Amino acid sequence: MNMTQTVMVLLRRELMLAMRRRGDVLTVLFFFVIVASLFPLGVGPDPKLLRLMGGGVVWVSALLAAMLSLGRMFASDYADGTLEQLILTPTPPVVWITGKMLAHWLVSGVPLILVAPVLGVQFGLSNEALGVLVFSLLLGTPVLSLIGAIGAALTLGLRGGGVLVSLLVLPLYIPVLIFGAGAVDGAMSGLGAEAHLSLLGGILILAFMLTPWAVSAALRISIE
Amino acid sequence: MLEGKDLACVRGERTLFNHLNFSLQEGELLLVQGANGSGKTSLLRLVCGLMAPEFGEVLWRGEKIGAVRESYHAEMAYFGHAPAVKEDLSAFENLDFACRLAGIPVSRDEVKGALGHLGLGHCLNLPAKSLSQGQRRRVALSRLLLAKARLWILDEPLTALDQAALKLVQSLLGEHLRQGGMALLTTHQPVMIPGIAPKILDLSA
Repeated sequence: MNMTQTVMVLLRRELMLAMRRRGDVLTVLFFFVIVASLFPLGVGPDPKLLRLMGGGVVWVSALLAAMLSLGRMFASDYADGTLEQLILTPTPPVVWITGKMLAHWLVSGVPLILVAPVLGVQFGLSNEALGVLVFSLLLGTPVLSLIGAIGAALTLGLRGGGVLVSLLVLPLYIPVLIFGAGAVDGAMSGLGAEAHLSLLGGILILAFMLTPWAVSAALRISIE
Repeated sequence: MLEGKDLACVRGERTLFNHLNFSLQEGELLLVQGANGSGKTSLLRLVCGLMAPEFGEVLWRGEKIGAVRESYHAEMAYFGHAPAVKEDLSAFENLDFACRLAGIPVSRDEVKGALGHLGLGHCLNLPAKSLSQGQRRRVALSRLLLAKARLWILDEPLTALDQAALKLVQSLLGEHLRQGGMALLTTHQPVMIPGIAPKILDLSA
């Protein structure tokens, strides 16, 4: 059995489904933009203050937006029986689970990265800080999909699963937030962003290796 | 070939069945019967490996299904309550993706042929949300034609089907069994397959 082929087929299917339900993707994107735009209204228009907190605000908004899209990751497959069929294919579960996570990132993570520079400009971030912001999101948002998948798998079929996912997953997102926002901070204060970015990269590699197994175990529990 | 040994299933606090034994050889059909809530679906889910039994084991060619998962799943097709049909995909895309994800190489013509065989030739490219319940179940059943599995595990395959489809499914079953396939199914409707006397497993007994 060719495993890359399975992942490619799954990716194609997920992207096709996302294209047919563009509304879901756009909702998450608008949510991201609106949350980030609320902060200047709340804390006042002082440019110095906004420049200082811009990176952190964009990162917190990205976290919340990622949270919003987690529910969809397995829920519809679970409801219509596709998940059972996937579990019953000869392919090892970690393979198609990795495909699912990748698709989730492409559909709900990548659009955030593309819009983030615009938000950064609104907050008056310097060019260098903007570059670091995009790069930190590039390393960090996949981790949000990877870790979020565990929460999404554990809460399948539960009442009020959406709220529960936030409680389960947000604490696990804290390291990503700290290093992601820290990288932007470092770039602005002149301390450099390399340390934070390398740590983010390390987290990404670790999450990529471990989370598929955790999701596989969580799905087994949920499907019983 | 397929064997259940001393199986027990507990859901919540309730024991659904206990000390259940069955075996299934090539060309045989096992009908699982019992009242609503007697554990028919649970038994089928145990046998296909979606659930672990409380006690006992399921053997495929003499080996525990957990130990031979990949080869077992390659030879088995499961048809559950939910038809595993995506509303936003067309009938064609649904079947095509389902086969490819299961690792079954299929051509466009084979997919069209299978859907045509189940009477869906005229709505290949309609999104599944515009199909009726019965038509969606037909899409799901068409998977059986292409999967070429030895063992069919079918949970209520006959619900929501019209007379023509009922006949069709029974003739498909007959053909599958005559070619040496095996089938395990639950149904509340009578199953008539000429030349084949089904084994009965009654869970209410």
